[in-house]
Amino acid sequence: MQIRSMFFKANAAAALANPVLQGNMRTSKGKFVDKRRTAIADFSAEGGDFEALRDAAAELRDRVLKDLDLWLEKFEAAATASGATVLWAKDGDEICRHVVDIARRHSVRKAVKSKSMLSEEAGLNQALEASGIKPVETDLGEYILQINNNEPPSHIIAPVVHKSLDEVADLFEKTHRTPRKTEIPELTREAREVLRSHFLDADMGISGGNFLVAETGSVALVTNEGNGRMVTTLPRVHVVVTGIEKVVPTMEDLSLLLRLLIRSATGQHISNYVSLLTGVKRPDEHDGPEHLYFILVDNGRADLVASEFQDMLRCIRCGACMNHCPVYQTIGGHAYGWVYPGPMGSVLTPLYQGLNKAIDLPQAATLCNQCGVVCPVKIPLPELLRKLREKQVEKNLRPWFERIALKGWAWVASKPKLYALGTWFGVRYLNWLAGADDRIRVLGVAPEWTLGRDFPAPEGKTFRELYAARKR
Amino acid sequence: MTSREDILTRVREKVGRNVDDTALARGDMEAWLNTRRQGPRPPAAGDLLARFREKSEALSTSIDIVAEWSTVPSAVARYLAERSLAKTAVGWPLLTGHDWAAAGIAFEGRGARDADRIGITGAFCAIAETGTLVLLSGHDTPASVSLLPETHVAVVAASRIVMGMEEAWNLLRAKGGALPRAVNFVSGPSRTGDIEQTIVLGAHGPYQVHVIVVTGA
Ligand code: SF4
Repeated sequence: MQIRSMFFKANAAAALANPVLQGNMRTSKGKFVDKRRTAIADFSAEGGDFEALRDAAAELRDRVLKDLDLWLEKFEAAATASGATVLWAKDGDEICRHVVDIARRHSVRKAVKSKSMLSEEAGLNQALEASGIKPVETDLGEYILQINNNEPPSHIIAPVVHKSLDEVADLFEKTHRTPRKTEIPELTREAREVLRSHFLDADMGISGGNFLVAETGSVALVTNEGNGRMVTTLPRVHVVVTGIEKVVPTMEDLSLLLRLLIRSATGQHISNYVSLLTGVKRPDEHDGPEHLYFILVDNGRADLVASEFQDMLRCIRCGACMNHCPVYQTIGGHAYGWVYPGPMGSVLTPLYQGLNKAIDLPQAATLCNQCGVVCPVKIPLPELLRKLREKQVEKNLRPWFERIALKGWAWVASKPKLYALGTWFGVRYLNWLAGADDRIRVLGVAPEWTLGRDFPAPEGKTFRELYAARKR
Repeated sequence: MTSREDILTRVREKVGRNVDDTALARGDMEAWLNTRRQGPRPPAAGDLLARFREKSEALSTSIDIVAEWSTVPSAVARYLAERSLAKTAVGWPLLTGHDWAAAGIAFEGRGARDADRIGITGAFCAIAETGTLVLLSGHDTPASVSLLPETHVAVVAASRIVMGMEEAWNLLRAKGGALPRAVNFVSGPSRTGDIEQTIVLGAHGPYQVHVIVVTGA
């Protein structure tokens, strides 16, 4: 996917000015938060300890990353022994080349896809189309986006959270040329019927992988709609595209992470379908693919191993950080400009695509730590964002006026007398701005600050003045 | 250098891999695989059947409890009649031997096709913690039967209801042999919440799931 994160400011402003989007975001934001909270309360009521689960998961992920090379080899050996073919891809282009090659080898004309963020990273749909292979997204949300001119998803688990029922109804009427439906169940049935025929005549299924199990060489897939099962049961060929960080050692480890992932993502206790898939169709079996390929993808991940950003590789793609982010809740996912939005996207995009291409993303957060508090694998997202900000400064990537302002501030702050004088004037200036009010409506020196909020007026004197008065 | 070598070499460099610690690390890995440490999880419920029932119903799965296998076909027939569904079903070949005809059900043991409306399966086991059926794919137990039809009826023995996913893995290992191609954990009818976060039952898989628990088996 072409990165557009450099336009973050303009895109965020456009999102704020878009009444339809604002309405849709308001409808959705409380739902995710409430569902997760209820699921965790239920878990406690059953005698479970969610915090202990988070600790165990973070530790588990770290332990795997410590020996990631060996676990990957272990997975590769087990998967190969089960009859699968394991391929490796350094970047998005290589993913596309592998998938197109596989498709050609097996004379594939149509591929049904279950949600895969890696396929978004690679722009796989465009590559398949260019090679004359028809890709069909089958997750309802992803399907809606595909028929809307390949619009990018705005959320990693709820790709059309930014769209309203009306918008979907219009799109279905236009694309399917059927009478307009106005109820969500009717629209869902219409999509089911359209997509069923694709499932039945597709030659290839492409899926992501929630986890890879090293001991058995299996992939675990979690879906609610059942499209993940269709894509991996009906077509002759199944291709799994997934990141190298997704490997876990045992099925017990998988169970631990599933308890956490599902509650954090959708607030369910369990998703409708969890499948553990190992190898190809057995000789006497009625269904299942005859060929199974794994494409293990780097695309920036290997460089994070053992780096100061390694924590990010623990991510299990639940979406809780964006669901709880005040910035995401307000501007939606598209403004972030690449595959991953919200706090995890603001960390991943600069790391995978280059800090200079996503200059505003580390700043696209208030560092309120809502994300850190809910992250099931305890990724310190605000801390990582702060580190990225440091990197920007080190690399001179911040705008010149900001650099000069900070240099000036540092100079003043290291001269106590001058600093005291500055704050003496500052407080009086702010009080003068506030007048009789206790808040400032337009901040004279930085009017942008007060565009969407007021600035509280100071109490009257500086701390130094009060301290000096007390001592007397 | 192939991409495989390139990626693995970089990961090796990053983790500081050298000859000496490889053997050590492999030893740790073996120990991990053998220990099978479980994560923290809720304690086992006293009455697994009651818990399974409560959790299943919360997922919109309907539950029927019968005393023995011989009454299952009539229990299925009753369910189909209640829902005004035709008594024609595709089912696991494994279940062909039961007397479906006596209950008026036209049962075909095979993999499912698009036109099939009712799919009847057994279950390898079931999970009380979440109201989940565990289905293994295989020659006699094709995965499509629980997937393509609009209605899925599953039969499970009460003695096969276990607490959590971990117990299901234990049963699977106890059974021996290679893992089946697919271990499917099915929890209620398929659903989607993609449009306005509103849950709708019946996305790509079944609209309804009915579980018959056999207590005497
Ligand atoms: S960073 Fe944490 S909260 Fe965000 S998607 Fe990843 S695992 Fe979930």
